[in-house]
Amino acid sequence: MTDNEHEIEQPESRVPKRVIGTPAPGTSMLGAQEARHDSDDEPGVILPDEVKARKAEKIVALCFMVTFAAAIAFLVFYVILPVDSLDNTALSNLALGGTLTLALLGLASGIVIWVRQLMPKYNLVQERHPMATDGETRGYVEETFLKGANESGFVKRKMLRRTLLLASAPLGLLPLVLLRDLDNNTPLPASKFHTTLRHTVWGTKTKEGKNLRLVVEGTGQPIRAADFNSPGGILSVVPEGYEHDLNALAKATLILIKFRPEEIKGGVNKNWTHDGIVAYSKICTHVGCPAALYEQTTHHILCPCHQSTFDAADGAKVIFGPAARPLPQLPIAVDEQGYLIAQGDFAVPPGPSYWERGDAEQLAREEGKSA
Amino acid sequence: MSELKATPKAISGPSSFIDDRIGAGSFLKRNMRKIFPDHWSFLLGEIALYSFIILLLTGTFLTFWFQPSMGHVEYNGPYAPLQGVMMSEAYASALELSFEVRGGLLMRQMHHWAALLFVAGMMVHMLRVFFTGAYRKPRELNWVIGVLLLTLALAEGLTGYSLPDDLLSGAGLRITEGVAISLPLVGTYITFFLFGGEYPGVDVISRFYSLHILLIPGIILALVSAHMVLMWVQKHTQMPGKGRDNKNVVGAPFYPAFMLKAGAYFLFTFAVIAGLGTFAQINPIWIFGPYNPADISAGSQPDFYMGFLEGSLRLMVPWEINLGGTNTWGTLPLSVIIPALVPMGIIMTGLALYPFLEQWITGDRREHHIADRPRNNPHRTSIGMAAIAFYGVLWLLGANDELSWVFSISLNWTTYIGRVAVFVLPVIAYIVTYRICLGLQRSDAAIIGHGVESGVIKRLPHGEFIEIHTPPADDIEAHMRGKEAVPMVPVLVDSAGIPPKGMRGPIGKLRARMSRAYGGEKIPLDDGHGHDGHGDDHAAIGTGGDEKSITH
Repeated sequence: MTDNEHEIEQPESRVPKRVIGTPAPGTSMLGAQEARHDSDDEPGVILPDEVKARKAEKIVALCFMVTFAAAIAFLVFYVILPVDSLDNTALSNLALGGTLTLALLGLASGIVIWVRQLMPKYNLVQERHPMATDGETRGYVEETFLKGANESGFVKRKMLRRTLLLASAPLGLLPLVLLRDLDNNTPLPASKFHTTLRHTVWGTKTKEGKNLRLVVEGTGQPIRAADFNSPGGILSVVPEGYEHDLNALAKATLILIKFRPEEIKGGVNKNWTHDGIVAYSKICTHVGCPAALYEQTTHHILCPCHQSTFDAADGAKVIFGPAARPLPQLPIAVDEQGYLIAQGDFAVPPGPSYWERGDAEQLAREEGKSA
Repeated sequence: MSELKATPKAISGPSSFIDDRIGAGSFLKRNMRKIFPDHWSFLLGEIALYSFIILLLTGTFLTFWFQPSMGHVEYNGPYAPLQGVMMSEAYASALELSFEVRGGLLMRQMHHWAALLFVAGMMVHMLRVFFTGAYRKPRELNWVIGVLLLTLALAEGLTGYSLPDDLLSGAGLRITEGVAISLPLVGTYITFFLFGGEYPGVDVISRFYSLHILLIPGIILALVSAHMVLMWVQKHTQMPGKGRDNKNVVGAPFYPAFMLKAGAYFLFTFAVIAGLGTFAQINPIWIFGPYNPADISAGSQPDFYMGFLEGSLRLMVPWEINLGGTNTWGTLPLSVIIPALVPMGIIMTGLALYPFLEQWITGDRREHHIADRPRNNPHRTSIGMAAIAFYGVLWLLGANDELSWVFSISLNWTTYIGRVAVFVLPVIAYIVTYRICLGLQRSDAAIIGHGVESGVIKRLPHGEFIEIHTPPADDIEAHMRGKEAVPMVPVLVDSAGIPPKGMRGPIGKLRARMSRAYGGEKIPLDDGHGHDGHGDDHAAIGTGGDEKSITH
């Protein structure tokens, strides 16, 4: 909206012919005379040309009529278009949104043309004043402040001042204390929160006292080890009985991979596998996204969030990306009917790291030795 | 053509009613014709302001149907692929809002688009203010309010993004949890208090809801109002130009011109958002399905303003420190803490402190109401461009899976390149920008010194062809002459060679050195001649002084 200063008419005499590579006639770099006149009443207010203005008024009126028509159409479409099926919802969205857009656009365009073509161009000047108040005022304020402070006795009366400060200190703590029960259902003291992160439901038993079966995510089918027999196969697995428990799933979800025996490298704890089937926590050790992508030929598990890459054939060791620890391996076995079950819980906490976690991997190794 | 001679009763009546009671007249007398300077770049912040208003309007509409609850229900709406699926009430009601409420999908999409435009508008506005030095005294407070607003907008976006409880928003929530729990000492506490226990729990949606619709927008509204009041009281900065100086404001009056223009601009913003909400689908939550911590959709991307955090998480190397080993004194997941806190910390703290650092380095305590042209403070402009490069690399790398896919580059190589680029590109950006700024200053000096190519080719008596240069237009020249040398801390060494107090210690010496580098006139405007007494020499060219025409 600067063109009120830059609309310049190039005098013919100055530039006889335009040479390629030079500014075009009318370019503001070459000086020119202002061909307009200020209004008589107020310098800096340039009145528009009445003939042009009359033409512009018609265009503005047209814009406003578009808005009128579009707004009416919106109301009509709202009434006549139902949203009882997906196609109808899409149509309604298109009709309502389209007419709303048109109505707003008409009004906006009309007002812009009104301002630019029908109203004067302004080049008014106003004085600025320094933000700071003058010394006299400041002095008066300071004096008044001192006077009031002394009148209140806050400075003179020590006991009043000190007890007031003393009283406000615990008062400020109240709102903080009130937030303590934000952890609704945890029967734990806050200092023990982290202990729950060490365990998953894989460590629990069914009502019959058996270890939990591994079931396929989505269908809830238990997995017969003999049926999961094509090497390179992968399943997303959740604990039996917890298929819809999001808190349990956030820690206990697994990926189950079937290997040929010769593919398995030293990083895998073979006592925790069954017939080439290995179970890893699916929860990435970086920030907890499900590491859901698997590349069969390279045995790489990839987390789609931040691309941490784990070597599934070698104990899910990190080979790329920001994750610092391998995905924990879950000890699995088969029950008497041949279904895969957990031997127990993870040896280390799955999922992202936290302050109280410590080097759980090292600890597990040491405990394994001593046992 | 009839003009108004007296105020109509319908206006004068209520007006005197109000004036009798609150004395609004004197306020209006001072402010109705308040002058607002004109420049296209002054309109960028208004995009953010109007988007915020649209966010309040559309957001209120959404609250009438949305259920911020994580209770489980079975879906039985019109979207066939999800029929019979268990989901949270939040997700079910967001689907209902999208499919079964007339105008609901439109409002949801407009709300999301307006949120993107809100943050984008703030960012470009902030860049404008930064590069023109409009944050200088007396406007530092408004700058700091602006930085707070940007931070709050990110928090507002994050909480809003999580509300529909679809699979994509859940991925964002999970990353938020992973970052929160990684914080040293307080991580598990914060996470358990935020989620009401273990992740994901059943509380976080309703808590984010009250943050998103009440607390954060309330603070934003208060700060936006303060931002506006300060702008009003301090009067807007203006670009250098003819008749404009540090003691005046030149432009159009609030009533009627600026008021109507602002209204039209609001309607334009509204129309663009409505158009986007109609024709450009955004966040089709029904495709993603309900949230389940066991699932994720590949190619998950956050909204654009969170991209730089996502990128820095992706770029990071796998560092984790266990203090005390197995004794669990404390685990520091640096591969989460550093990328989550450091880039944002650098950017936000740097922004908030910049006006004060610049003041310290230049020793400039004067009021500034004339905006700098970015070229005229080359170091500031270069610092800004370096920051953009830093942010830009992180932002791009937040989509490195898409980059790798589209350009067929190895995914790992995008990360390796990004790890280098995030340090190297800002340096290159700094150097290149600095040279460009000086080049532009030279070009200004050339125009002031030699004039503008007129396009008129002239043959001199001895056969040489020259192009006649004419002096630039008044307003252009005034615009260029608005340049002012960047001030420096005066280091007046006394007769014994001892610098003044406060400039003696290592910090004082550093300050003096930085001041010398940052400040000063790099390319004087009148340097094109090599002498001072110009004016007669070339000013007359093109109007008659033929024999003195300049050749290039």
